[in-house]
Amino acid sequence: MSLSDSLYQEVLLDHYQNPRHHGKMEHSDLHQEGVNPLCGDEVELFLKLDGDIISEISFVGKGCSISQASASMLTDSLYGKTISEAKSLLHQFKGMLLEDKVPNFSEEYEDLESMEAVKKIPARIKCATLAWNTLEKAIGK
Amino acid sequence: MSFDLEKIRKDFPILSTQMNGKPLVFLDSAASSQKPKSVIDTIRKYYEAENANIHRGVYYLSQKATEKYEMARIKTSRFIGAACAKVVIFTRNTTESINLVAQSWGRTNIHEGDEIVLTELEHHSNLVPWQMLAQEKQAVLKFIPLNQDSTLDLTNLDEIITERVKLVALAQMSNVTGTIHDLSAIIRRAREVGAKVLIDGAQGICHLPTNVQKEDFDFYAFSAHKMLGPTGVGILYAKEEILDTMPPWMGGGDMISKVWKDKSTYADLPARLEAGTPNISGVIGFGAALEYLESVGMQEIRNHELELLQYALDRLEDFGGLELYGTNDLSKRGGVISFNFPGVHPHDVGSILDEEGIAIRVGHHCAQPFMDFKGIAGTCRASFYLYNTKEDVDSLLVGLKKVKEIFGRVLKR
Repeated sequence: MSLSDSLYQEVLLDHYQNPRHHGKMEHSDLHQEGVNPLCGDEVELFLKLDGDIISEISFVGKGCSISQASASMLTDSLYGKTISEAKSLLHQFKGMLLEDKVPNFSEEYEDLESMEAVKKIPARIKCATLAWNTLEKAIGK
Repeated sequence: MSFDLEKIRKDFPILSTQMNGKPLVFLDSAASSQKPKSVIDTIRKYYEAENANIHRGVYYLSQKATEKYEMARIKTSRFIGAACAKVVIFTRNTTESINLVAQSWGRTNIHEGDEIVLTELEHHSNLVPWQMLAQEKQAVLKFIPLNQDSTLDLTNLDEIITERVKLVALAQMSNVTGTIHDLSAIIRRAREVGAKVLIDGAQGICHLPTNVQKEDFDFYAFSAHKMLGPTGVGILYAKEEILDTMPPWMGGGDMISKVWKDKSTYADLPARLEAGTPNISGVIGFGAALEYLESVGMQEIRNHELELLQYALDRLEDFGGLELYGTNDLSKRGGVISFNFPGVHPHDVGSILDEEGIAIRVGHHCAQPFMDFKGIAGTCRASFYLYNTKEDVDSLLVGLKKVKEIFGRVLKR
């Protein structure tokens, strides 16, 4: 399978075309904007918390398929999870792309593994990590 | 001499290399051109056998380096049709040349309430320095608007270029749409109100026969790396009577006449505006690039690019479903094609083409105001130079077909 075939799989294109949890949120508890200035990709994350649990999550943004699909996968993965679970997933996702670690996602997060192919296109890693860096800023605050 | 494309391609070693296992198809010369062997060899020879600093040494090598460096200045002045060599100032790039004008001439001559006229198609290099100067001096920026086909709308030129305007700064040719502007009408109007004209020639000088005196430019800025030369060499031309009034903008070695502990006097042109050790090998290499361009002929290069442009536009039109930007009047257009697949982001197109060995530029091309004007995030840009072929265009089309296959499901239309 060629590189772009392995990257632009059905799962990525599906998230790009039908982004999950898409839209702005009124009265969010956490709100963070992220931008890659060189390519202009934008992601804006909204989270509502119920104690430690992410009770609602959404995003808006514009940019390439990788940046937007990655944001969609992020919101899909974190809905209903705790902040510490979010941190652990963030750690795993960035580890896969930035530290070349073998991904070991549990079954419910398997969409995220499709992003591993981005590693072969170093110029696009920042697209895949944009939403996750934005999440890091949001929950780090 | 006839335009021998096969010979030209052989002069550029990189064109016979492979990219991702495919023959390289280089369609990004508007970002930076490839370099012929003669330029590479000239730089190698300098470092291997001629390396020394210039303007100071009394020994042979320094004299030789100085001579070659100054010879490149003479070649540059001849290439652009300047009256003499001392009106050619070497900088690092077009951006630095424009900043030199802003910081030296601009800070001296632009005051509160004065106006600077730009266009909505400017590259950030010919926008941000003027924003900075306008903020510092409380001056006003004004913009010549665009027609839908990316040519300039000159209908209200007299209202835009008024007596308050001190400078009109615009590109000779757009790096995004390839639009070649009608400079003569703008320069005529600038003369009527006594404004100076700066032409950003970064995209123009490499593609179009240009004569700064005949075309009456006050300032002309461009870069060596887009015209077969090395990176790190920029050029500022200005009329001698303007350069004479420009104070130094960077202090240091080479730009001085006499230095005491508390003050200095400054050197004559061009040294006054060239502080510090310059990019000696780069300037000497640039001299070789100019010789190469002259040996081929700028009009021949222009003709070749027009042929490619027409061929590519026809094929892209036939491809269907693409959004193409820029005028169809080829007399107002250089060899640059910006386009979009509606629904597919340019970066995705760029990555898929890269895998096929095809190098194009994607994104906003450092011209965000134009992207706002069109309401798009960016474009895919294929740009041509003397070494490109119709086969390169065919390869691009094959790559675009692949994009269409992969993204078929999300494509609009």
